Amino acid sequence: MTVTLAHYLILGGAVFTVGIVGIVLNRRNVIMILMAIELLLLAVNLNPFSAHLGDPAGQVFTLFVLTVAAAEAAVGLAILVVFFRLRGTIAVEDIQDLKG
Amino acid sequence: MAAPDLFFWLCSAVLMLSSVFVVSARSLVHAVFFLILAFLNAAGLFILLGAEFLGMMMLIVYVGAVAVLFLFVVMTLDTGRPGGSLRARLPAALAAGAILLLELAFVAVAGGPGGSPEPLPGGVSNTRALGRLIYTDYAALFELAGAILLVAMIGAIVLAHRYRPGVRRQNPVRQFGRRQGESIRLEDPAVGAGVSEQGR
Repeated sequence: MTVTLAHYLILGGAVFTVGIVGIVLNRRNVIMILMAIELLLLAVNLNPFSAHLGDPAGQVFTLFVLTVAAAEAAVGLAILVVFFRLRGTIAVEDIQDLKG
Repeated sequence: MAAPDLFFWLCSAVLMLSSVFVVSARSLVHAVFFLILAFLNAAGLFILLGAEFLGMMMLIVYVGAVAVLFLFVVMTLDTGRPGGSLRARLPAALAAGAILLLELAFVAVAGGPGGSPEPLPGGVSNTRALGRLIYTDYAALFELAGAILLVAMIGAIVLAHRYRPGVRRQNPVRQFGRRQGESIRLEDPAVGAGVSEQGR
């Protein structure tokens, strides 16, 4: 069976689903939520429309998603480190200073 | 089965397995290592698709920077794994996943992208084609992406920087601002009288 566009799309959808399941499964743990978000962005990046349509512009969008993912990870982990320094814990249920 | 197809199945199988292990691993360090494995296989898929530049970018950005950042934070905070048992939340998680899968399947049934694949413009390597696009059509967005990275970098430093009182360190402003009059004092003490205390 030759690999087609559909195979890549199914793979991306499956990894995206695993990421969503991970967010719900680990919703008490901020680091795990951040890692699941990285999985989501990876799954979105896997859509091979650039190769399918013969247009390199799709890869530019992947590059931008990569940029945002890196920035998000850096800022999220910095916030996490600061919060741990203030409270000594990173459990999500303890993060309620904003009373949201 | 052709070699590229075999490579696809290998990479996608390991990618799926490692992403499942990421969300279900017992320890955070194991989760980070499985995340690295998932990124490695995604890079392999990118290279298989002909996007070598993106594959290398995945390696450099994700494996080289993001995953190591995660590893640093996990090892620095050393919180174990907060949040009780996973088993209690498994039904809700599986329900969310099933809903999303249903939506994805609905979209897939409703109609996929039409048209047949066209070959990429020949004679130009992937990196060269991407570079041409980035620096012409998407130049403004490319600059914006750089600005986002700069803001994220400065923000992370500002957030995580800690001012510690009582640490001796250089003060360049004072160093450059001092005058001869305040730093050197010539004394001609009388014999046996001694010199007045420093700082008087």
